[in-house]
Amino acid sequence: MASTTAAEAGTADVPARAGSSRSGGTLYRGDLGMWSWVAHRVTGVLTFFFLFVHVLDTALVRVSPNAYDETIALYKNPLVNLMEVGLVGAVLYHALNGVRVILVDFWSKGPKVQRAMFWVIAVIWLLVMIPGAYFMLERTVTEMIGGH
Amino acid sequence: MTATVDSAPELAAPRSPRRRPARRNNVELYAWLFMRLSGLALLVLVLGHLFIMNILDGGVHRINFAFVAGRWSSPFWQFWDLAMLWLAQLHGANGLRTVINDYARKDATRFWLKMLLYTATVLIVALGSFVIFTFSPDVGS
Ligand code: HEM
Repeated sequence: MASTTAAEAGTADVPARAGSSRSGGTLYRGDLGMWSWVAHRVTGVLTFFFLFVHVLDTALVRVSPNAYDETIALYKNPLVNLMEVGLVGAVLYHALNGVRVILVDFWSKGPKVQRAMFWVIAVIWLLVMIPGAYFMLERTVTEMIGGH
Repeated sequence: MTATVDSAPELAAPRSPRRRPARRNNVELYAWLFMRLSGLALLVLVLGHLFIMNILDGGVHRINFAFVAGRWSSPFWQFWDLAMLWLAQLHGANGLRTVINDYARKDATRFWLKMLLYTATVLIVALGSFVIFTFSPDVGS
């Protein structure tokens, strides 16, 4: 019965500080609801910092075609490719969980099914990321195993 | 706290304010609503952008100046990118404002972190908009 917000920790039938949940805190602390929020926050902050860099690198098109092309060339390697997959995975989680948060806030059944909704977004995430990672890494992997 | 809480005489009426609200406006409500509305718009803008750039168009290996020139020759993609820039930057900045409010312990720390955040946000939105509006495929040639 945990929620996505701390406000509900300690409902009527359980003493507020009984330490009865899995991790020995309140109903919220250490629960799935807390971790989904932690991940939402971490992915949001991460994406914000990426956006900062991404606007700066794209702004180089205003300097010269060469400045832009030389900088983008730095991104064309396996390590950055892997980081791209990580970024896409982070943004996708944040987006899906954002929809879940919106449903918890606005849909009358939302709070009741928030846990089930977490598992739904987890499955959607996997269904998108498995083929997604394949297509994003395909080129890098074939080149590493002796393409051209 | 027993089961007869509902009859406790000293309880104030539900929702009666315990203290004066810190502010007399609805800024935080609008910020909260903005996070949800911009989130829905970003769902299309950002996921569409990631899908097109990383998968449909073949990823970073395809990207160079000519690629950007090709995309921004279309007002549709110019508008898409401009909307994405503003919404993502404001959504992210407002999110970071919440994070700073949560973790900064001293008033001075909180103040300066937010000043840094607001400066960076104005700078990035201005720079990004400037680049989209003034882009020319003929720079430097
Ligand atoms: C792709 C679609 C997106 C959706 C649906 C979405 C949705 C949301 C929602 C609903 C919240 C509010 C959560 C709450 O009040 O508890 C939020 C918070 C946040 N978002 Fe997004 N967002 C998206 C994209 C982004 C992007 C691109 C960035 C980065 C620039 C970002 C950064 C953040 C940050 C930093 C927070 C604050 C997290 C916190 O307070 O814990 N989001 N997002």
